[in-house]
Amino acid sequence: MTSPAVELRGVQKSFGNTSVIRDVNLTVVKGERHALIGPNGAGKSTLFNLISGYMIPTVGSILLKDEVVSGLPPYQINRRGLSRSFQVSNVFANMSVWENIRCALLWATGHRYAFWKNIDSLPEVRERTAQILQDIDLVSRRDLPAGLLAYAEQRTLEIGITIAGGADVILLDEPTAGMSRAETERAVALIRRLTESCTLLIVEHDMSVVFGLADRISVLVYGQIIASGTPEEIRGNPQVKEAYLGQEAG
Amino acid sequence: MSDLSKGAAAPRSVSSNKLRCYGSWIATAIALLALPSIFSSAGSLTTFSLIGISIIFSLSYNILLGQTGMLSFGHAVYYGLGGFLAIHGMNLIAGSKLPVPLPLVPLIGGVAGLFFAATLGWVPTRRSGTAFAMISLGVAELVASSSLILRSFFGGEAGISANRTKLMRVFDWNFGPQIQIYYLVAFWTLIAGIAMYALTRTPLGRMCNAVRDNPERVQFVGYDPHVIRFLAFCFAGFFAGIAGALAAINFEIANAAYLGAAQSGVVLFATYIGGVRFFIGPIIGAILVTYLSLALSDLTAVWQLYFGLFFIAVVMFAPGGITGLLMKHRPLVRAGTLVSVLRAYLLALVPTLTIIAGLILAIEIVVRHTVNAGQDPYTKAFGVHFNAASPLIWLLAVALIIGGFVVARRTWQWVGKAWDEGLKAAREKGFHA
Repeated sequence: MTSPAVELRGVQKSFGNTSVIRDVNLTVVKGERHALIGPNGAGKSTLFNLISGYMIPTVGSILLKDEVVSGLPPYQINRRGLSRSFQVSNVFANMSVWENIRCALLWATGHRYAFWKNIDSLPEVRERTAQILQDIDLVSRRDLPAGLLAYAEQRTLEIGITIAGGADVILLDEPTAGMSRAETERAVALIRRLTESCTLLIVEHDMSVVFGLADRISVLVYGQIIASGTPEEIRGNPQVKEAYLGQEAG
Repeated sequence: MSDLSKGAAAPRSVSSNKLRCYGSWIATAIALLALPSIFSSAGSLTTFSLIGISIIFSLSYNILLGQTGMLSFGHAVYYGLGGFLAIHGMNLIAGSKLPVPLPLVPLIGGVAGLFFAATLGWVPTRRSGTAFAMISLGVAELVASSSLILRSFFGGEAGISANRTKLMRVFDWNFGPQIQIYYLVAFWTLIAGIAMYALTRTPLGRMCNAVRDNPERVQFVGYDPHVIRFLAFCFAGFFAGIAGALAAINFEIANAAYLGAAQSGVVLFATYIGGVRFFIGPIIGAILVTYLSLALSDLTAVWQLYFGLFFIAVVMFAPGGITGLLMKHRPLVRAGTLVSVLRAYLLALVPTLTIIAGLILAIEIVVRHTVNAGQDPYTKAFGVHFNAASPLIWLLAVALIIGGFVVARRTWQWVGKAWDEGLKAAREKGFHA
């Protein structure tokens, strides 16, 4: 078996007396596309917040590429090669699309807090930004402030910012939420293409996206993982049917 | 049609941008050189020097407010400490006959500003928003009150003075005459302006904008927003220190007023009025506010009241400041739909000026009656003589305000309509900004 990219060991998260995540053990193997599904309020976004360092687990530990990262701030985790997107578009609204992407790859290209370099004379930054803009098909929106983009375009930019730094573990939180069918299909193709060599952990409500994209699926219900397996195994799991898929079908 | 596609997404060429950038700085340098030959009176040279100092100070403030989204109520601390250290530096240099000419003294102020920003800045920059604003206010109060306690360093109420002509001379300039001070200030204004503009074009400068827009997201692209805010704070302190040192050189004195809340307020005021979203905004704000504060104080006794009203008007009607207001017209200019809007403006101008005239008249007669009650009712404001006790004058003020308001409401609706149509046409042509 290949080594895990992300590993959660007995993770719990409580807010006061309420436990939102209860004893979650989860392994995402390097290179796999892992989907996290579950009904609303199951704690999927909280789990993302824990993995990406936005929140600290109350109990348990989280490992990124065999290194404990729980307790580290988000930027430290990002520098170790994990990048996430947000359920609600979280872009730099007053900056142009071009600048949004450029800011997202400055750290990864090693320019950090440099105040002695002119940003326009960094050819590798310019080329990489242009490349990503082309990849996410927003070249025509280049100079528009991100806040003025159409909804689906903003979601695409969100993905672009997430992958720009070249992280090898990508977390996408409902990337197709609120999109039309055609937009969803385009977004899925985009995600598939851009995360080809990465480990992908994705939260998604759209079952056709999940079953079309994922190598493995984990089902989270009331803060606990009740099943984990291939799409076929999940489809056939009676517990999952009862807790989640059954409700959808019925 | 070719225009259309260009407007939507023309990748701006880097070299032409560079050329335009260098060109405008060279033009600025020439203008600064030529200014004294057009306005050569001592009074205007003093005004220009004060404006230059104010420009550096406001630009440094905008590194915080406009670039990084930090509202500071205590930026004068670094300006003032820069000024005090410059005065002490000048006295030390003159006393020990050190080979340091006056033009280098602003660097002392800059390093002082940088040092204090770095030592006092780490804690407040942990947070932005209200927490930062409150802590900056607290630090400002702390420093301002200690300036009255530590008399040996700050000189108490009288302050500390120095003689700028006693330093090592270069090119036989003793920096006694105001014209030499003007050139010194102009030189530093240009250098500091270029440096602060260059800062916005660096990775750090771009990330400052990102922190302003969305500090949360910045953390997920590898950056610690606290470090970015702290570095921005240090740069702001450095340039504020340079401005403070130039003020100290100009007045040959530094006192507690330099680092007080009023000074912090003025820089916020100038920067905001000019417009925080554009680099040139604080420059325009500094010119306007410095000039108005000098000019208005000659015209009326309650000039600060007008300043306050002006500030409220800008916050309410032009939250982007003067530059923001002008830049809003850019899509209209590009699409060629500005003319109809300008026509509406001209129509609205007359009743609006009427309201303003009425307001000014009302303020002046009320001031006359409350502040200088029992004195000669004949008074003069804005160069106009009138009798504040005459009921006709009161009636005139009320009539101007009410009449102006009734007409102005109508004309402003027209402006709104012309504006909407113009903008719609511009958007259809693909001009968004």
